Amino acid sequence: MSKGAAKDGWSSSLPTRTGEIGLGQALLALALLAYPAIASDFFLTQIGALSLIEGMLGLSLTMLAGYGGMVSLAQLSVAGVAGYVIAIFGQSTTGVHSFDWPWMAIVPLAIACAACASALIGWISARTAGIYTIMITLAIATAVFYFAQQNYAIFNGHSGFAGVYAPVAFGVDWRAPRPFYYLTLVVAAAAYASILYGRRSIFGLTIQGIRDNERRMRALGYNTVLHKVVAWLLSGVIAGAAGVLLVWFHGRISPSTIDVAASLNILVIAVIGGLRHPIGPFLGALVVVLLQTFASDLVGAERFNTLIGLVFLVIVYISDDGILGLWRKAAPWLARADRTASSLK
Amino acid sequence: MTIAYRDRTGVGEAKSSASPFSGRAAAGVVVAAVILWLFFGTWPDWLTEALTSKKSFLSALLNGLTLAGLYFVVASGFTLIFGLMRNVNMAHGSLYLLGAYVGYEVATRTDSWLLGIAAGVVTTAIVGLAMQIFVFRHLEGDDLRQTLVTIGISIVAADLMLATWGGGAYQVTPPDALSGAITLPIVTGATSSGAAVFLRYPLFRLVVLGVAATVGVMLWLLLNRTRIGMVIRAGVDDRAMLSASGVNVQVVFAGVFAFGAGLAGFAGVVGASAFAISPGEDVHYLLASLVVVIVGGMGSITGAAIGALLIGEAEQIGLVYFPTYSVVLTFLIMVITLALRPRGIMGKPS
Repeated sequence: MSKGAAKDGWSSSLPTRTGEIGLGQALLALALLAYPAIASDFFLTQIGALSLIEGMLGLSLTMLAGYGGMVSLAQLSVAGVAGYVIAIFGQSTTGVHSFDWPWMAIVPLAIACAACASALIGWISARTAGIYTIMITLAIATAVFYFAQQNYAIFNGHSGFAGVYAPVAFGVDWRAPRPFYYLTLVVAAAAYASILYGRRSIFGLTIQGIRDNERRMRALGYNTVLHKVVAWLLSGVIAGAAGVLLVWFHGRISPSTIDVAASLNILVIAVIGGLRHPIGPFLGALVVVLLQTFASDLVGAERFNTLIGLVFLVIVYISDDGILGLWRKAAPWLARADRTASSLK
Repeated sequence: MTIAYRDRTGVGEAKSSASPFSGRAAAGVVVAAVILWLFFGTWPDWLTEALTSKKSFLSALLNGLTLAGLYFVVASGFTLIFGLMRNVNMAHGSLYLLGAYVGYEVATRTDSWLLGIAAGVVTTAIVGLAMQIFVFRHLEGDDLRQTLVTIGISIVAADLMLATWGGGAYQVTPPDALSGAITLPIVTGATSSGAAVFLRYPLFRLVVLGVAATVGVMLWLLLNRTRIGMVIRAGVDDRAMLSASGVNVQVVFAGVFAFGAGLAGFAGVVGASAFAISPGEDVHYLLASLVVVIVGGMGSITGAAIGALLIGEAEQIGLVYFPTYSVVLTFLIMVITLALRPRGIMGKPS
């Protein structure tokens, strides 16, 4: 993938991209801000907020995979670390642990723990590359799942923690649909903006350089392993923030939240949208969440995995850059069809 | 025996085995003696105290060996496919589960265990062949997309198998001659009257072990003593050169993929006879294959054997002595291996 990314990736299109942060993104921001005015509570949280959270998880993968060339299947495990920290140190109705610390303490702690866990995973897999990273991170994700399921002393085993809710702070109940939606929107926008900024920073360009040719970067004197681990750490911050929101969204966390199928789902989201664009995972998350919600009308709730698997298969098979890649492929064709149509008139 | 990739096999090996030969042989003799003594000697009290009892330790050790045998058969197909075609087949666990289900259906309907095995192998080999022809050939050279497609296939396959066979557990009945327990000539203790108590162990698990060893030997003979094996080894070393010398590499790829998939199906039926199978076993055996080849070294059959032994034993011994943390043990083995040898124990730098 690094070869393809080098061809039409960010580095080659640096000057034009800055111009794009303009009309399109402003319109999108307006639409998202105005969304609560027209959406019901269900569409606001179950579709809107969930898409933003899963999009953030996908974004943390896009950052590693698209810019760093490291495809990780352990992003949800990282988010799970944050979720478990929130449940263990904060409030829950389960009656195990739950130290009832204030949110101002546990949120930074959760994100820091997630970032450290991510850096650790990065350090383990940084010595390898490409498909090895997928294999190792899948092994790690599975190990984390089994560990959380078997361990009762820390993770409360199979049942996990329930009744973990967003706090009331600054006079706002963040659990209510509208505040929660705006909370996820602000956090997601911050993550998105940080990627837009970061991909042009010296660090971001170095990471892309390592993706394209690690040996050359090492020869130039860069400590490539350190750069990779820092990239994992930063992606862990995004995944951790998403994990905090995820546990507040569901109100509970258990091993089934972070099982292998759910971890693969994050990859599906990022890949469906297009791995080389920061907006891709949000698009992918919206598609997956909509499918998830309305699949029961199409194929019955039980066969959802077949549907999503087939969608994923078809998109990967015909496009090397998700839906956004399909769009780019179709755009010239559509324009040509348009010209033909107008010339016929 | 090693399928080394992008490296001239033989040269490095001969050198490394020649100089420190005596030291290595001595270490081997000592290890073998310790293992033999663990099995056949009378344990002193401190050892019994440390390991609960000789019986439970030896049972765990033998269970680990059985599991290692199964892991080896699954992982050797996985590593063979990777070694030759450089693609990671994330649907390998699904092939294992599919083989097991098909084997169960055929074995219960025809009342013949061997027919069940044959059906499992043939079905998965055909599915593997179809995957190679319709998927991998179209995405050749794009490792990431090949891997993603196999992930998609595994998601769909798991769901469809759940729809067909439900969530229950199935077990294939092995033939009568192979079932039941046998008494091993290993003394685990003594009754109050002083008579020796021997270790009893399910016969079929020993059969699994024997089957795995046979598969290993056959694979070695196939790769090192036949023309087909020569072609495969040449393909592992230099695909382009093999193609240039007039071999139709696509046919070789298809054959090896079918063979590797068939091995997964074979292991599925054998595994379904030794243990039971249920949804989720696909992920279990995919994970096992991944960890085994990460530890052993991608593309190496010897590595797969070493990795399978380590992981199988770690899982079973962990299960007996520290049940909640047995996963962590497997994980630790992987991390330590990666830290010391990033390409696995038998892996060679590319």
